[in-house]
Amino acid sequence: MNLAQGVEGGSPALNISIFGLFVVATLVVVFRASRNTKTASDYYAAGRAFSGPQNGTAIAGDYLSAASFLGIAGAIAVYGYDGFLYSIGFLVAWLVALLLVAELLRNTGKFTMGDVLAFRMRQRPVRAAAATSTLAVSFFYLLAQMAGAGGLVSLLLGIEADAGQAVVIAVVGVVMITYVLVGGMKGTTWVQIIKAALLIAGTFAMTVWVLGRYGLNLSELLGSASERAGGNDALLNPGERYGVSGTSQLDFLSLGIALVLGTAGLPHVLMRFYTVPTAKEARRSVVWAIVLIGLFYLFTLVLGYGAAAIVGSETISNAPGAENSAAPLLAEALGGPVLLGFIAAVAFATILAVVAGLTITASASFAHDVYANVIKKGKVDSKNTEVRVARITACVIGAVAIVGGILAKDQNVAFLVALAFAVAASANLPTILYSLFWKRFNTNGALWSIYGGLTVTIVLIVFSPAVSGTEKSMITGADFHWFPLQNPGLVSIPVSFFLGWLGTVLSKEHLEEKYKEMEVRSLTGAGAEKASTH
Amino acid sequence: MSTTEPTHPPGPETWAEVHASAEFKQLRKRLRNFVFPMTVLFLAWYLLYVVLADYAHGFMSTKVIGNINIGLVFGLLQFVSTFVITWLYVRYANRKLDPIADKIREDIEGGAQ
Repeated sequence: MNLAQGVEGGSPALNISIFGLFVVATLVVVFRASRNTKTASDYYAAGRAFSGPQNGTAIAGDYLSAASFLGIAGAIAVYGYDGFLYSIGFLVAWLVALLLVAELLRNTGKFTMGDVLAFRMRQRPVRAAAATSTLAVSFFYLLAQMAGAGGLVSLLLGIEADAGQAVVIAVVGVVMITYVLVGGMKGTTWVQIIKAALLIAGTFAMTVWVLGRYGLNLSELLGSASERAGGNDALLNPGERYGVSGTSQLDFLSLGIALVLGTAGLPHVLMRFYTVPTAKEARRSVVWAIVLIGLFYLFTLVLGYGAAAIVGSETISNAPGAENSAAPLLAEALGGPVLLGFIAAVAFATILAVVAGLTITASASFAHDVYANVIKKGKVDSKNTEVRVARITACVIGAVAIVGGILAKDQNVAFLVALAFAVAASANLPTILYSLFWKRFNTNGALWSIYGGLTVTIVLIVFSPAVSGTEKSMITGADFHWFPLQNPGLVSIPVSFFLGWLGTVLSKEHLEEKYKEMEVRSLTGAGAEKASTH
Repeated sequence: MSTTEPTHPPGPETWAEVHASAEFKQLRKRLRNFVFPMTVLFLAWYLLYVVLADYAHGFMSTKVIGNINIGLVFGLLQFVSTFVITWLYVRYANRKLDPIADKIREDIEGGAQ
């Protein structure tokens, strides 16, 4: 994202007021929710007391980032059909979570991905590995969100000076830290629920509004969008963005695979399954999430083509925020400054909620896996110490996010999101699936698939055209790329699955007996962590 | 919901015993017989879509009704299939998995107290 100036006609004061209202309202909710947050289970997993529908809405709030909202609507508005492909990958991915991961994970773990691995393997090495990949994914994702916040500031609030943007990023960071410190998982969950409701209600209203202009006829809307873009159907047919060359086609295939396999390995998504009392509620959570996320992506399809028809692809491309300005410009064209203000506030709320979810996940992983079980070897004097460490970690992560957000403000950050999904799909998913379904899997295999997947993904990204060698690369002055694709998934995911297998069979460690217990527990929920009563 | 832990947590013999029981084998078979083929199916269906959108531009650009082309219909069908598979799984889990899982769990947790 590279945004230079505010959307013309928008009122920064109005935008800030509406956003301020959201912050105040959510802070009240967070403080109320914090009254019962005492134990580690309260802080990390909200006492496991959320219902399936509540958690499903929170998952949607956690998952639908600014990249989903502004990015996909914008990609459809400018590139047409190819933008739609993202939505489908992001949605279908939830079937992996529903069928293979959510319930079994809920039954075998406590707070983190490390818990599931530590169930039958040597605790310290696998927890350290799980925490490493959790922190890596969270860091890449966090940086992308915060850098996006910087872009949004200039787009929606009309703040162009670097110092002004830095102040706004810092304010966003501080509010986020407050949510996490005060409200723990419960407060964060409520922020995500509120944000998801606002986001889905707002996009639904705009969708009806757009379709209303075209007599509720999708074909008419598509025709109008296509006509405005030049009338040659380029916007309606696939290939506008990824059909340029053989490499770009392969890149798209790679991206598609990383999207569909990455979601079920995202640590902040995995952790949400622990906030419900039973596996059955975890299942209901995913069902609600699938419905809400599916509807949202259908809305963005209409909004993207609506922006192309009503605002025009060219106007969007030339606007300060380019693609990212499609949804805000459409809001303005439809409902004037008030709707623009609302959508701007929702976009900020989106960043805030996603960042808070990432921060609590990363801090839980550090405090629970690294501090309590690797450093203290499971002998923490009281659970309060662990929560205190988690809170301190959250502050550190928040500070890193603020500084990173300020530094990465003008960078091309799309590759950070691709990197987060690729690491999640390469390092985390194979390890989780092997751990849940393969009885021979052992410590060595887990270490190989996590560290191997992480290394391969990062190396391929560093030597990809996303980092050097093209005009749009992160580093424009040098060219040291040798890997042709922007998205490493096509190579890194199979390699990680292979490494997990190879590491396992090369080790003599056999854990089949322990796997029997794990399998019984994961399928039946016997002995699973229960909800706490307040 | 209660926070009380069973006084005598089930030992390794209990788990091995349950694991070898016919009931548990049936539960595992039912789960795997549903989720594995379904995963292969939806991943294949998704990859077919991605490959078509990526390489078969002409075919995907064919108009069906008005300005709606095959590509869009295919894309919307991915939404439909996702919703349908979700619904099928929930129905299957409620009917075929939960009753056995609940029974085994109650046996283990009840027997341990």
